[in-house]
Amino acid sequence: MAKEEKPKIKMAVYWGAACGGCCVSVLDVHEKLFDVVAAADLVFWPIALDIKYKDVEAMPDGDIDLTLYNGAVRNSENERLAKLLRQKSKILVAYGSCAHMGGIPGLANFSTREELFERIYDTTESTENPDNIRPQPEYKVPEGVLELPEFYNDVRTLNQVVDVDYYLPGCPPQTERLVEVFMAIVTGAELPSKGSVVGALDKSQCDECPREKSDKKLVKRFYRPFEIEDDGKTCFLEQGVICLGPATRGGCGVRCIEGNAPCRGCYGPPPDVPDPGAKMMSAIATMIDENDPEAIEKVIDTIDDPAGTFYRFSLPGSILRRKIT
Amino acid sequence: MSYEPTIVAFLCNWCSYTGADLAGTSRMKYASNVRIIRVMCSGRVDPTFVLSAFKEGADGVLICGCHPGDCHYHEGNYKCLRRYHLLQKYFQQMGLDKDRLRLEWISASEGRQFAELVDSYTETVKNLGPCKMKQVIETLT
Repeated sequence: MAKEEKPKIKMAVYWGAACGGCCVSVLDVHEKLFDVVAAADLVFWPIALDIKYKDVEAMPDGDIDLTLYNGAVRNSENERLAKLLRQKSKILVAYGSCAHMGGIPGLANFSTREELFERIYDTTESTENPDNIRPQPEYKVPEGVLELPEFYNDVRTLNQVVDVDYYLPGCPPQTERLVEVFMAIVTGAELPSKGSVVGALDKSQCDECPREKSDKKLVKRFYRPFEIEDDGKTCFLEQGVICLGPATRGGCGVRCIEGNAPCRGCYGPPPDVPDPGAKMMSAIATMIDENDPEAIEKVIDTIDDPAGTFYRFSLPGSILRRKIT
Repeated sequence: MSYEPTIVAFLCNWCSYTGADLAGTSRMKYASNVRIIRVMCSGRVDPTFVLSAFKEGADGVLICGCHPGDCHYHEGNYKCLRRYHLLQKYFQQMGLDKDRLRLEWISASEGRQFAELVDSYTETVKNLGPCKMKQVIETLT
């Protein structure tokens, strides 16, 4: 070929404590995958390519142009790869809710490692473990020593472990947003300042939400979605259904709400909000249409698991980060 | 030396801060453990402020506002009351003792009540011992 080709960028995708949905969201670019492959060489992507950790270790520092790290940091392997990829990458993106704020795995911060192990290896109904066997980081067999990553007591977000350049929130991030960000990097467009949240809006979900809203946000009780028949057009909060829209960044295209499900907060807080759960508690509490302490308590009792609801995707990234034990 | 707790107090400008001021101008003595932050209304006390106080090492947080019905902004203190109850439930789930957060109504004329409240709340927090939150946050692995 005589035509001079633009040099391809090197790109890596890695999963820490994640479900795999973020990796799949990268595949969801569908036919645009050809554009991605035309512009980038995927040098490391455990879900799709057989490239070993030692191959990554052999790369020169800063060799990878763009790394999307999805998943939280919950064991020593996650941490090791976070540090390794930071060292090897020019741009490290915390991709998805787990890397951004801790995500669903972050809810484990309501328990200790011991409590989790006890449930998983002992008390679950389907478990039979009379010898009380627990995973060990090292196990000696005649052939040598077998190793498992160490399971940490706490779940951490990516930026609590390494320096992060950008955050692309969502559970998973909307693929269109990823393509936009990817194209910006490939075409050499001017990038936002370091530490920015990209692929999302600065305004809250409510700003994009098509539901009808009034000023009368007062309720006598809260409902879980299955406890009430949604009228399909009124603001969820006004119907008494907890919706995290007011404390969540827009940009996802309000897909949950368009599917008649309230916002659960995966896009994280808008700018200048350090703690989405605290903001949401602030907003929800003012909606309680009672002034007497006992009556207020009764209304609050209709909120099932407030901490887990308001910090569903953000416990490790919140101010208090974990339960005290 | 015995343990001295750190207490952060958010006082509303119109009633409680004036009440605390009265305690001062009347030369009443009260425990020096309290660090007062004046806010325009108890309704201005965002839960973020309370959580930040614990993150920075507070052992207790005291919020004081106007008595119900007396709020300068009509219903700011009711909003505070509702947030307080929701925060209490959150505290329970996070393993924080409910006595680490206290809400009381202090009017502009209740200097003595303010001094007594600070003394009794300091004693309550002293009995709870140091709050582990800051240490927990700093030693996460």
